[in-house]
Amino acid sequence: MAERCAVIGVGQTHHKSRRDDVSIAGLVREAAQRALADAGVTWSDIDAVVLGKAPDMFEGVMMPELYLAPALGAVGKPIFRVHTAGSVGGSTALVAAHLITAGIHRRVLTVAFEKQSDSDAMWALSVPQPFSAPLLAGAGGYFAPHIRAYMRRSGAPRDTGMLVAVKDRLQALKNPYAHLHIPDISLQMVEESVMLWDPLHYLEACPSSDGAAAMVLGTEAAAAEAQAATGKRPAWVQGMAMRSEPTMFAGRDQVNPQAGRDCAKDVYAQAGIENPREDLDCAEVYVPFSWYEPMWLENLGFCAEGDGWKLTQEGATALDGGDIPWNCSGGVLSSNPIGASGMLRFLEVALQVRGEAGEHQVDGVRRALGQAYGGGSQFFAMWVLGTEKP
Amino acid sequence: MSDTATETEGGERGPVTHLATPIRLEYNFTAGIAQSRYLRGLAEGKFIGQRCPVCHKVYVPARGSCPTDGVATTDEVVLSNSGTVTTYCIVNVPFAGQTIEIPYICAQVLLDGANLSFMGLIQEIPTDEVRMGMRVEAVWVPDDELGPTLASVKYFRPNGEPDADYETYKEYL
Repeated sequence: MAERCAVIGVGQTHHKSRRDDVSIAGLVREAAQRALADAGVTWSDIDAVVLGKAPDMFEGVMMPELYLAPALGAVGKPIFRVHTAGSVGGSTALVAAHLITAGIHRRVLTVAFEKQSDSDAMWALSVPQPFSAPLLAGAGGYFAPHIRAYMRRSGAPRDTGMLVAVKDRLQALKNPYAHLHIPDISLQMVEESVMLWDPLHYLEACPSSDGAAAMVLGTEAAAAEAQAATGKRPAWVQGMAMRSEPTMFAGRDQVNPQAGRDCAKDVYAQAGIENPREDLDCAEVYVPFSWYEPMWLENLGFCAEGDGWKLTQEGATALDGGDIPWNCSGGVLSSNPIGASGMLRFLEVALQVRGEAGEHQVDGVRRALGQAYGGGSQFFAMWVLGTEKP
Repeated sequence: MSDTATETEGGERGPVTHLATPIRLEYNFTAGIAQSRYLRGLAEGKFIGQRCPVCHKVYVPARGSCPTDGVATTDEVVLSNSGTVTTYCIVNVPFAGQTIEIPYICAQVLLDGANLSFMGLIQEIPTDEVRMGMRVEAVWVPDDELGPTLASVKYFRPNGEPDADYETYKEYL
């Protein structure tokens, strides 16, 4: 890295099922203005904007980055659009970070969003094609068979997913921005919810949300200026990586994809992490369906293959008493503005490292992992943020 | 169009905040050589795949190249009408454009002789009796309804054989 990169400001909207009071432009601007204020900068201090969202068909607005340029103060400035399906929020932040580390810009605004109330993502994910049967019932229908495969392979107890569903919703109660606040969430409530995609219950799936996330990334000099102006410390990018793999190839491991394992290995090597469970203080990981917590615990090397469910069952991933809390914000299971969901993972670890996470803050965070995945588990994006300069 | 206006208690209509606007987009799908062969095979009531000359894995539907070796797959293979359910879920969620009555089984079917599973509907068995490893066979639409689409396969049903051993399909999960 030619330049160091830091997160110097973050902003997000309150995630809700409908934001009738704003258009897409209003939604992204709200998150962006919060990020600028958090960084102690104004629109004129931004050199470039990097925008991400899930496929355009979700809202039916093609290339929305063009129409959103004025709302994001990008008129006359470089604007980039990033496309990596559900992982896009993470990939978008990484593209922005590269513009800093490459020495091209001093401050980059990166934004991601989804306005699911303007759209029908379930339909957009289930469009009939001549070479496949019209069976795919949204993302849940795609991932549920792979969850069943994980259950068979690992021998995990049936309630593992429900434990995650409860844990993440309890943690969401400490996050005022989270979409779902279910104070009386319980195993019984999850178990009694409708079985949407057997083996997945309704309450083991993410909600549909309107929401946006934004971050201001800056160079070392920009970070020093922001800290002087706001008194808030920067979160340093200690490692970042993206990997992808084809959706369909013979011998593909859909439960524990190689692209995810390779991506984690790369980001840990950059950040000097040898044992993720010990060396990291918390993680925000893309878990849109409950069982992806134990699956990604294994994929990300927090335990041996086949042992992910044991960490969940032991409570290791809980904010309350766990040694490696996952998704203290409530995670994707509690807020899912799809395009922004990955960036929220990246943003939440910035909050943790800066000590700005409020009620869901983990004590003494020095290093944390943000992860996003997308498509048919074929796109992965990760970064490790820390209190120390890399 | 339920979102076009809200009825208030007094019976007055509130401001219009949303307008559902049905639109359509038609496009031509160019299948390419490999997928054209696969689709024409379906119109003849058979599954046509292709074998990679390097790793010898059989792809169905074939895309014309092996994603692992990056070479063209030219060797054609006609696959069995039977296969194994490697994994599945029971879909119980309604969505716009759905054509199949819920609940239904969405399974990954690995045809005998293929090295890649694809998504298939399982019928003629209660949903709670479907299992990983179940042996199934394709049921085709009547000959005069066959066409270059996977809709030529009505569904898969149990073929009466004993379940496949987990070891035989675990690498396809």
